[in-house]
Amino acid sequence: MEARKSTLKLILFTFGMFGFGFALVPLYDVFCDITGLNGKVTGPTITTYDQEISSREVKITFVTSNNKQMPWSFKSSSPQMKVETGQDYLMDFTFTNTTDKPMIGQAVPSVSPGRGARYFHKTECFCFEQQFLAAGESITIPVKFIIDPELPDDISSLALGYTLFDVTEEFANLQAKN
Amino acid sequence: MSAVIDSHHDDHHHGPAKGFSRWLYTTNHKDIGSMYLWFSLIMLFIGGAMAMVIRAELFEPGSQIVSPEFYNQMVTNHGLIMVFGVIMPAFVGFANWMIPMQIGAPDMALPRLNNLSFWILPVAFGILLSTFFMEGGAPNFGWTFYAPLSTEYAPPTVTFFIFSVHIMGASSIMGSINIITTILNMRAPGMTLMKMPLFVWSWFITAYLLIAVMPVLAGAVTMMLMDIHAGTSFFKAAGGGDPVLFQHIFWFFGHPEVYIMILPAFGIVSHIIETFSRKPIFGYSSMVYAIASIALLSFVVWAHHMFTVGMPIAGELFFMYSTMLIAIPTGVKVFNWLSTMFKGSLTFETPMLFAIAFVALFTIGGLSGIMLAIAPADFQYHDTYFVVAHFHYVLVPGALFSLLAAAYYWIPKWTGKMYDETLGKVHFWMSFISVNLTFFPMHFVGLAGMPRRIPDYAMQFADWNMMVSVGAFLFGISQLLFLFIVLKCIYNGKAATTEVWEGAKDRGFEWTVDSPAPYHTFSSPPSMESLKSSS
Repeated sequence: MEARKSTLKLILFTFGMFGFGFALVPLYDVFCDITGLNGKVTGPTITTYDQEISSREVKITFVTSNNKQMPWSFKSSSPQMKVETGQDYLMDFTFTNTTDKPMIGQAVPSVSPGRGARYFHKTECFCFEQQFLAAGESITIPVKFIIDPELPDDISSLALGYTLFDVTEEFANLQAKN
Repeated sequence: MSAVIDSHHDDHHHGPAKGFSRWLYTTNHKDIGSMYLWFSLIMLFIGGAMAMVIRAELFEPGSQIVSPEFYNQMVTNHGLIMVFGVIMPAFVGFANWMIPMQIGAPDMALPRLNNLSFWILPVAFGILLSTFFMEGGAPNFGWTFYAPLSTEYAPPTVTFFIFSVHIMGASSIMGSINIITTILNMRAPGMTLMKMPLFVWSWFITAYLLIAVMPVLAGAVTMMLMDIHAGTSFFKAAGGGDPVLFQHIFWFFGHPEVYIMILPAFGIVSHIIETFSRKPIFGYSSMVYAIASIALLSFVVWAHHMFTVGMPIAGELFFMYSTMLIAIPTGVKVFNWLSTMFKGSLTFETPMLFAIAFVALFTIGGLSGIMLAIAPADFQYHDTYFVVAHFHYVLVPGALFSLLAAAYYWIPKWTGKMYDETLGKVHFWMSFISVNLTFFPMHFVGLAGMPRRIPDYAMQFADWNMMVSVGAFLFGISQLLFLFIVLKCIYNGKAATTEVWEGAKDRGFEWTVDSPAPYHTFSSPPSMESLKSSS
């Protein structure tokens, strides 16, 4: 019956590893979160800094792009701005549904270089929120942000990128299920 | 002695059944081993035919024969078939045939599971190959099936691909559970772990690797399935997922997978080199520890496949150094093989020729691997033909040569007949020359910047590519000669002796049974004292 015992152990190990494969998903997120790798950014946070801390100038570039065949127009009001660390700033982003039917879009942020992501605090944003726009409708939403004065010295510019996804179908499917 | 004669007498009634049902219902490790080997040989010719299409298309620059879409399907399925349909099942076939005979066991521990794990394989590959005849065509996203190429942009047949990978994984896992259980519980009395033949050791460790990573691959394709059909967002950025996560999960499977395809080869080559050097293997225990450390290290090097995704410098350094560490146990093995041959009474029969070529050419593949491990240099090599040259050097003159060597080495024991030595040598030299002609120039075009997975290329790569294609066609023809040699051996070979190779009787239990090996061997376990080299 030794063979039976080893077989059972090995089967258990197999299922354990199958579970481990799925456990890698949250582990990956936690790992990126702790280390700030991969340009992953979180939703709005409330942050203020003491004005006393010496600040320096950082160049911020805003990149907007559309995924696949997403037809909307999606722009920031200016492509670049110079900011002081530790101070609040605001940038407007305009979404326009250029089609003749209502659609749902969602913009997903990313900060580059990835190492700088955790120093880029957005105090107000449309991160991970769906935008419902009727045919031809347009909406302007601000992103409020503040750059952490702790930003490593060798980083003199940061890029905030948004990719706009068409989630009309996914959202409809989700509604149908609920 | 009388026990042996008695059991032989009993077996007389239950020899193999007749006809197709023998193969369908068989639980005999030798039958199942043969089926695995024939299956992988057939798949070798199917995957090889795809390679011929690829090389025909690349014979000259410009669009020649097939559409770029079909070219992508060829590249993808060539990779999938060679990895999952040729190398892996062939090693399982050798494990089935040889492990029970090498440890003195009557059969595998779980014979019915063994039957099942083989018979689901043709189903898996039937599903995969059927996608060629479906709307949208076969999978076209490369054998690494990176998301979102394999999810959002994939042809509709991707679902068939996913189920086919699930089935292949199930087959490998069942096979591995069987192998580990057999090795742990059915060794001849007195055969301690550190007295096991090296092929058994290498498979023992490989099987653990398989059950550790095949479930992770199953998880990855399950996540793809859910992203495609259930609206989840594991790899979809729109829903908060991350396509880079796919690459991490895939290579967490993928790197141990490359050792799964080479560790059994290490075992095979060790046996062949000691037999034809007429010396016991040099540094047996260091061989075992080297295999084990390669296996352990394989779990912490995966991200060297993805240096260019944008990793922090600390990550690049960690994966660079951990990868380079693998060169140490691998070097131990190479030097042990050389030391075994040193001052040995060498003869150069076909298996030995393939084994020596394995040592030399696998080392070339290992060295280009170290070059690729250098993170800053990898930014230039990434996704070029240099990578293609590297992994073909470790898989073709590496894994495939070891399989050919093993086939020549053990076929007299299986069939009871000798293969044609002259033809075997012709096969070796044709393979050896053409394999180098095929894969060596790929280093040059790769360093010069030719990207992989493209149906067309810039004019300056034309000369080398034509040479590569000629080499590939020659290599393809050489393997048809192998098929001929095997058939000639089965139907028209000269009778082989029990020992087959001079002095082999003292080196392993498999050489103490008759040639051909009876349908049932070791119904009562052999004694370790019958092997001289065990003491």
